[in-house]
Amino acid sequence: MRAILAVLLENEAGALSRVVGLFAQRNYNIETLTVAPTEDTTLSRLTLTTTGDADRIAQIIKQLDKLVEVVSVINLCAADHVERELLLVKVRAVGEARQEIKRSADVFRGQIVDVTSDTYTVQLVGPSNKLDAFINAIGDNGAEATILEVVRSGVSGMGRGNRVLAV
Amino acid sequence: MTEMLSGGDMLIRSLQDEGVEYIFGYPGGSALHIYDAIFRQQKIEHILVRHEQAATHMADGYARSTGQPGVVLVTSGPGATNAITGIATAYMDSIPMVVIAGQVPRDLIGTDAFQETDMVGISRPVVKHSFMVRDASEIPGIVKKAFHIATTGRPGPVVIDVPKDTTDPAETFEYDYSKPINLRSYRPAYEGDMGQIKAAVAAILAAKRPVFYVGGGVIQGNAKEPLRALAKAVGAPVTSTLMGLGAFPGTDELSLGMLGMHGTYEANMAMDETDLVIALGARFDDRVTNNPSKFSPKAKIIHMDVDPASIDKIIDSHIALVGDASWVIEAIWAEYQSQVKQRPAAQSDKQSEHLSEWWQQVNGWRKEHGLNHGLKPEAGKAILPQLAVQTLYRVTKGEAFVSSDVGQHQMFAAQYYHFDEPRRWINSGGLGTMGFGLPAAMGVQMGSPEAVVACVTGEGSFMMNMQELSTCLQYGLPIKIINLNNQALGMVKQWQDMQYGGRHSQSTYSDSLPDFKTLVEAFGHVGIKVSDATQLDDAMELAFSEENKNRLVFVDVWVDPHEHVYPMAIKGGAMRDMILSKTQTSGGAS
Repeated sequence: MRAILAVLLENEAGALSRVVGLFAQRNYNIETLTVAPTEDTTLSRLTLTTTGDADRIAQIIKQLDKLVEVVSVINLCAADHVERELLLVKVRAVGEARQEIKRSADVFRGQIVDVTSDTYTVQLVGPSNKLDAFINAIGDNGAEATILEVVRSGVSGMGRGNRVLAV
Repeated sequence: MTEMLSGGDMLIRSLQDEGVEYIFGYPGGSALHIYDAIFRQQKIEHILVRHEQAATHMADGYARSTGQPGVVLVTSGPGATNAITGIATAYMDSIPMVVIAGQVPRDLIGTDAFQETDMVGISRPVVKHSFMVRDASEIPGIVKKAFHIATTGRPGPVVIDVPKDTTDPAETFEYDYSKPINLRSYRPAYEGDMGQIKAAVAAILAAKRPVFYVGGGVIQGNAKEPLRALAKAVGAPVTSTLMGLGAFPGTDELSLGMLGMHGTYEANMAMDETDLVIALGARFDDRVTNNPSKFSPKAKIIHMDVDPASIDKIIDSHIALVGDASWVIEAIWAEYQSQVKQRPAAQSDKQSEHLSEWWQQVNGWRKEHGLNHGLKPEAGKAILPQLAVQTLYRVTKGEAFVSSDVGQHQMFAAQYYHFDEPRRWINSGGLGTMGFGLPAAMGVQMGSPEAVVACVTGEGSFMMNMQELSTCLQYGLPIKIINLNNQALGMVKQWQDMQYGGRHSQSTYSDSLPDFKTLVEAFGHVGIKVSDATQLDDAMELAFSEENKNRLVFVDVWVDPHEHVYPMAIKGGAMRDMILSKTQTSGGAS
């Protein structure tokens, strides 16, 4: 089971290391992690994806909540939510592949944000599985569309509707 | 008018304002401004140890026995790293402690300066929380937060890392300790959920074979009175974890003694047969449950803990109660009284009938396989370690504070010294730290100067922190050390006997042991050696005699080196699966 944990954290030195250390110490895995201050600069918001059965996810949430600097934590996957991840992918784009990559980017509603005579850098925003699908799609285009570099932001998300994570 | 104080003075004043009696510590470069601030005051006594690990264990023993947080002061680098074992020990057993560590000046942090170590980083997995002082003005607020966090909710150690320049006597700041602190992210549960409490009481009333399983949380939560009232009212058997001994009187007829790996036969059998486990302030440690999938197979589980993360961590509960032990157990008791009153009289009779059947069963187990309580010294035979603990129990009338180290002697002490009061049994249950016993006993004696304090140890554990004999002389600590000397690392040897074909790999050193009597005499204390069972009584009486009241006495008891601790859980089994002696097993294994 995949979980997206949204964590409000005191924006203090060392707070992030406690979260990351907890995962290492208790043998939990982190698939993605993204963190930045919120509109209230005393708080950081951290979004973390992990996997495990229901008991494990419950235990991870409790252990996180136990950290003194964690203000609140929820599992976005426990209810309707919006999740987004940003992907930048630099692709070798020459010959026929150049058009094919452009078309794929259009289909996925990506944007080409940097161009050279033999590369494209494509930006794509969406849920993680959409990003995976795009990488697979351009990877299938044959040798000429070699992926040179990939960077993903990790998942960010919020609950739908009135579900709000706040102090 | 607000007072102007330096960072170092603010630190010590804050400790005074917290009511701190003792600081256990060891000076060094980065802590010298703080030590100078200690020199300028009289209220707090500093206890100079001989190794920082001992400072943390002393603070720990002080905290366990008094319920007050222990305070440690060490310098940066090796001072800080030496404290880690003691911090981890306190963390595993949820002991309130505040550890202040000197740090190199702020502008040197990160430069690999002399005696620099990342104390916040190195201690992170073994603290409840930690702080680094970024600015001297923060010191009073940080100290206040540290004590609040260390002592509330599930207690634990808190580290404060103090860069030397923030304690500089040349700079002063406004000192005001009355300012309230705000910790929006830290609000431990206190009151339990009434719905769950009602459900728990209904389950207790419906149970035919209930058992109380009591842990250290009842002691930490000062819930002795409500527990005793509840257990008496329900009339069910009470078993205790290693950490919970004394929460319920060990000599009470309801008490089954300790459960778990070296628990009593009756306690483990009761846990296996019960239909309702009432777990209070216990965390289903692997040394208790044995194989979790075979744990109490017929039982409903009520689990009360102050830490929500303990609930459903190892064993799923049917009824979960999160809150302060004292509050919750008292609420269960009150609800129990009111539900019992509402029941028709006929039903109450039926209830006690059910429990009487249960007691018949429990008492059968007690009779069948109790511990060896009737041991008598036999001339010409080696002293059994169990007999040594029984003799200690008799001579101290069961009223001593007893600290222990880790190993066979610890289990013998837990099995054979019956604690009737909480905070009397002081041992490292979670981390299992050898070297804990002596310094912990010193902390106990500091906190209770008039009390009789014994340290049951083994020669292996004792040699890990025996330098503290010097500290004992300095502060006149009249501890009685009972050294169950089996000339080997007994528990390791026992496992090697049982699981490794008797190959004693690196567990013996009998040809190189010191003469402990001479050793302790060299430290200025009294040494007694006894190896003849018929002289054990006299040796023990002498140790606790009036003439030695103010002396540290070390009784080197040469015990039977072949003795094993039984019962012992069979690995991977249910709680009923135990080895009862060198020739006897129980449960599925029989």
